[in-house]
Amino acid sequence: MRQVRSALIETVGIGKAYGDFVALQDVSLSIAEGELVSIVGPNGAGKTTFVNVITGLLKPTAGVVRFKGNDIAGIGPVMLAKRGMARAFQLVHIFPAMTVAETIAVAVLSQTGKSLRLFGSVKSDEALRSRVREVAAIFGLEGKLEAESRLLAQGEKKLLDIASAFALAPEVILLDEPTSGVSSADKHSIMKTLIDAGERAGVKAIILVEHDMDLVAEYSSRIVALQGGKVLADRPPRNSSAMLRSSLPWWASSSASGRGRTDRCSPSSASPSISRTAES
Amino acid sequence: MLAAVPRLAEPYYITLVLPAFAYGIALLGFNLLFGYTGLLSFGHALFVAIGAYGAAVLSSKLGVRSFELIVLIAGLAAVVAAIPVALLSVRYVRIFFGILTLAFGMLFHSFLFKFYDITGGDTGIRVLRPSLFGNDFKELDKIAFMIGPFYYYCLALLVLLGLVMWRIVHSPFGLHLAAIRENPRKALFLGVRVRLFRFIAFLISAFYCAVGGAILAINIGQADPELAYWTHSGELVFMTVLGGFANFFGPLVGAFSFIFLKSELMGATQYWRFFLGVTLVLIVVLFPRGLIGLAQDLWSKARRQ
Repeated sequence: MRQVRSALIETVGIGKAYGDFVALQDVSLSIAEGELVSIVGPNGAGKTTFVNVITGLLKPTAGVVRFKGNDIAGIGPVMLAKRGMARAFQLVHIFPAMTVAETIAVAVLSQTGKSLRLFGSVKSDEALRSRVREVAAIFGLEGKLEAESRLLAQGEKKLLDIASAFALAPEVILLDEPTSGVSSADKHSIMKTLIDAGERAGVKAIILVEHDMDLVAEYSSRIVALQGGKVLADRPPRNSSAMLRSSLPWWASSSASGRGRTDRCSPSSASPSISRTAES
Repeated sequence: MLAAVPRLAEPYYITLVLPAFAYGIALLGFNLLFGYTGLLSFGHALFVAIGAYGAAVLSSKLGVRSFELIVLIAGLAAVVAAIPVALLSVRYVRIFFGILTLAFGMLFHSFLFKFYDITGGDTGIRVLRPSLFGNDFKELDKIAFMIGPFYYYCLALLVLLGLVMWRIVHSPFGLHLAAIRENPRKALFLGVRVRLFRFIAFLISAFYCAVGGAILAINIGQADPELAYWTHSGELVFMTVLGGFANFFGPLVGAFSFIFLKSELMGATQYWRFFLGVTLVLIVVLFPRGLIGLAQDLWSKARRQ
């Protein structure tokens, strides 16, 4: 019972069917404060559906999904942000013609109740500007505040996308493959930046959807493996990897692709150094 | 500079500047929706017509002569009319938004055309000369009124509404509109209520168009159904593209250059529509950022040399 009470996100018997096709079946789990939970599984395992359900984008056909004790089934992205959960997608979403500062400002403003001010000034809002600088600094973008987003390097666009989600000051953040399209050497520095940012921004839990099993094993506090719409395993990384490695071929192969990272960043360097040659 | 025009130019050109003021105001609103929010309406002549008919009905049927009241009531009438149009239209984007607004515009045009008893049918309704701040300038004839007090009044209105729009596009609200234009899905996940913002932008644009329509009607002295016809909506788009929709001042430049271009072409050839079309094609192909964009390019080239 104690665990349930401290749960930030809780699903009870979640099911989702599209006509005859069952995408999720009886998924029950809870995510508590201080956790970094990775959702893994092969294509078609139900990861996307599950993630869409726990972010209120999809209404489950069975079961309950709660965030901080409130039902959030199908509440949609705007309410989700208001309740304190942010989400960043695998494909980079930016505002091409807007500057880095403006992009972050949109997220900050949308949560302040100032967004409908027709005659306020964005430029002279000191509190807003310092908050924007603060968020940008966490992601190493403080030198690019006035740069147009479309002119950033690919890795910087990715960081900006995630930074704008952090700018919502969420309690929970869901990151869909935050390191996709980034060279394997830089994946670790991005992960470190994210975890560091989470701590500095007061994020209580991070949910990660990730294919790179080295990253998952190294940074998660818990791994949830889905297959065929069901929870196959749900445990801390060291215990699960041996079991999963032996039973799932995709685990071994995706794990192998992430190997050979001799040029890893030293653990002390938390600043991101995104490769400009990285393509998505 | 514009304030000096009545003293320097011939009355004919001054009567051209007045519609340019009217379209300038209308396009400031139109471009909040088009350039800033990314929604291209093909039906905004509807709100210009509401402004014009508002001025007509108020001045010649209800005996309201105060231009301040006319502008306010016509503008608010357009906002009220815009509510159902916007509620439905902002659910869609791109061509679907364009077609829906076009349909609403045509609906209003046929209403004006068919309901003869209310709207005067194809002849429309006369618009009487208004009073400005309670002064009806009886001592002036029509031309003297138009190129005198009314001219300065409209110039002041353009400046005032321009300043208000400047504040709006640089406000948190304006920043959210830009985010919606750039990537509505991302905006949603950053907590932006996309439809609400589009809705409000639509209402503001309707107000501006109606104010422009009221000035236009007084300048012509008549409100007729052609004002609501879809080609008139097309002209609004034309002017905005001509000036450059990516720049705050683009629509103003577009309004002035369109009015003078059209008048010169009409004086020079009966095929003026053809030449207007060619101009639009050239602008879109060669200078997609409009006359403002062209001027910016020339300016930066000149500075480099």
